[in-house]
Amino acid sequence: MTTTPVLEAIDETLETQGRPPLNVIYEWLTTVDHKKIGLMYIVYALIFLVIAGFEAILMRIQLAIPNNHFVSPQVFNQLFTMHGTTMVFFMGMPILFGMGNYLVPLMIGARDMAFPRLNAFSFWISAFAGLLLYFSYIGGSGLYAAGSAPDVGWFAYAPLTSKVFSPGHSTDYWTLAVFLSGVGSIGTALNIVTTILCMRCKGMKMSRMPLLPWLYLVMSGLVFVAVSPLTAAQIMLTLDRYLGAHFFDTQAGGSAILWMHFFWIFGHPEVYVLVLPAFAFANEIIPVFSRKAMFGYPAMVAASVSIGFISLSVWAHHMFTAGLGPAGNTFFVFATMVISVPTGIKIFNWLATIWGGKIIFAVPMMFMIAFLFQFLIAGLTGIMLSAAPFNWQLSASYFVVAHFHYVLVGAIVFSLFSAFYFWYPKVTGRMMSETLGKWHFWLFLIGFHLTFDFMHVPGILGMPRRIYTYEAGRGWDTLNFIVGVGAIFQAAGTLVLVYNMIHSYYKGKEAGHDPWDAWTLEWSVPSPPPSYNFAIEPTVSSRRPLWDIKHPEDPDADYE
Amino acid sequence: MTTITTASRIPIDGPVETPWKLPYRGNVGMACLIIAESAIFIIFVVAYIYYIGKSLSGPTPAQVLELPIFGTICLLSSSIFVHFAVNNLRKDNLRGCTLNLAATVLLGTIFLATTAQEWYHLIHDEGLTIKTNLFGTTYYSLVGLHATHVVVGLIMLSLTLGLSLTGHVKEEHSEKLEVLSLYWHFVDAVWVVVFLVVYVIGR
Ligand code: HEM
Ligand SMILES: [Cu+2]
Repeated sequence: MTTTPVLEAIDETLETQGRPPLNVIYEWLTTVDHKKIGLMYIVYALIFLVIAGFEAILMRIQLAIPNNHFVSPQVFNQLFTMHGTTMVFFMGMPILFGMGNYLVPLMIGARDMAFPRLNAFSFWISAFAGLLLYFSYIGGSGLYAAGSAPDVGWFAYAPLTSKVFSPGHSTDYWTLAVFLSGVGSIGTALNIVTTILCMRCKGMKMSRMPLLPWLYLVMSGLVFVAVSPLTAAQIMLTLDRYLGAHFFDTQAGGSAILWMHFFWIFGHPEVYVLVLPAFAFANEIIPVFSRKAMFGYPAMVAASVSIGFISLSVWAHHMFTAGLGPAGNTFFVFATMVISVPTGIKIFNWLATIWGGKIIFAVPMMFMIAFLFQFLIAGLTGIMLSAAPFNWQLSASYFVVAHFHYVLVGAIVFSLFSAFYFWYPKVTGRMMSETLGKWHFWLFLIGFHLTFDFMHVPGILGMPRRIYTYEAGRGWDTLNFIVGVGAIFQAAGTLVLVYNMIHSYYKGKEAGHDPWDAWTLEWSVPSPPPSYNFAIEPTVSSRRPLWDIKHPEDPDADYE
Repeated sequence: MTTITTASRIPIDGPVETPWKLPYRGNVGMACLIIAESAIFIIFVVAYIYYIGKSLSGPTPAQVLELPIFGTICLLSSSIFVHFAVNNLRKDNLRGCTLNLAATVLLGTIFLATTAQEWYHLIHDEGLTIKTNLFGTTYYSLVGLHATHVVVGLIMLSLTLGLSLTGHVKEEHSEKLEVLSLYWHFVDAVWVVVFLVVYVIGR
């Protein structure tokens, strides 16, 4: 094996020197290495996951029994606002960007991102934004009125956000936090696109690139056109609140509906920003555990790109009850339904990959199978909701909450868990415990279905979302209690995961560089990878370079 | 689970058919930034168009706005000079590059001054502020957003000018200067849209 002596020397100093802890902290704070930044993103997102999960549990305790007075209406509003905002902007986006940061350069055979310093900047600005959001608990109405977090919902509909309805600064903290997280996201997306387009190793044509970078490319493209409008809308809202502008001030002729448009022009593509990386994990993990090449690579790419485009034209399906008129409604009904075509292609391709494969039921694959089923169901309730007359019945009910949690948790979080188990050995050099992993899987699966299957029913029975309590005897009581119990199961499952991650870091089995017998470039380097990733920059001539090395008699080119 | 044992570092080495050339990252990064910025501008433009004629009180655009012809000519011609600057640097003509950069900065500054003068007039003589009505709200935010971009561009151009006056700008930096010039062209292109929407359609 040839390695440059210089790199070996770097290896020595980085890996073996016993350094005092302060130096280690300093090194992390100032790092521009894409792997370290990726990990920092993931850790920060996990912290916010625990916080936002805790807020969810508080809400479920409040709703578990009728006429409960565990929290006040005011506090309940703050809880769902903070929960939603945190989960979308400070858990979902950062954790997915973190995974992308870690994996994309490794998978395309690059030594780092295109702009390492911008990468660090984007991370720190979004971390700061998260702190700013939670600082509102102290600073929202001044230090003397602690406990004043924003309470306008994660969608912050006008005129709730006007000075009259939200005095104090809580809404300003929300606006600034979301704005800054947007700046960070755009920076990271720019970096990912540039890295993918300009840093691929020799021979990796776009048509030979693994699907994960492909999907991150589409996702980042969506970030530009989806997150920027939100950034613009936040600037307008801030001008309204600070300088007395009238964008969303109905008293001066401004429009509350315009805010809805601007918000959902962001909000709908945003769900695809979150779900495309989840698809990306599925595309890498399912083939490895089925021992087959991904079925229909070009169709997968085409479907992802078209999902990106179509998702830009469906935002007003969140506004059917705002009264768009028949023409508008019809357009958005059909636009929404069209998106099920590329989504269907994806599901069929995953099934075709599994079909006839030698399936290995390791923990990552278990999470993936659950992901497939849950994503399918979520898509079906989505289609139900996209029929305008049906939507008029169910909008703003718990049915909607059940639908989107099916996607956000049932699909995105499940596939994220799968990815954790899959790439943990690469990151730490140790395997995660399979036994604990199975505990995590079953606890979380049961909890998920207890919570979100049952949540559809009170929705159909008329329970509105965002109410802080309800009368007994409407048929909602038992259901809500079950939903609450499910939440506890999910929390327990997550704790098992956290324990597993920490425990395996010290006690896990040594992983070696390629524990799953996988095919993409990241498995060709040691675990954990050295700071420069590749001793020699690789040159590839097929989609699965490691397969070709392991099976010279059966070249991958036959599958392309 | 089959675990294969190989050396800790697998050399991935295959034949490469064609010479391997990837785009310059500065250009791609700037293109991404321009897409994102365009989306921001589109939202402000949409809001502007949506609120044309919806103000509940005066003044109206027709009463107070005048076509900023001089400023527009200055800004648009500065685009040509920054283009020449890049060309000169590519041909290793450092003096030409410096001169053209100076012209760009000068013309950009004149444009900014005309905007400042316009705002002064509107605020002091016409009493139009961001608070006055929807026209004020949308006008100051859209034109202000553009002016902010001009300021950012001018700062970067002036820094480059300073570096080139002190002889730090060399031929090998022409790719980087080109990235900056892309941004400046974008700022100019946005002005064309703003000009049409605010001063032509809006009036
Ligand atoms: C791909 C991942 C998806 C995610 C992450 C997602 C997420 C969401 C979220 C967060 C909401 C609620 C927004 C709110 O009011 O706060 C929502 C509502 C909705 N979703 Fe989805 N969704 C996804 C897929 C789909 C699909 C495939 C369809 C249709 C084919 C769909 C149709 C709808 C409709 C019509 C609503 C509006 C319900 C209402 O407010 O009345 N969704 N979704
Ligand atoms: Cu939507």
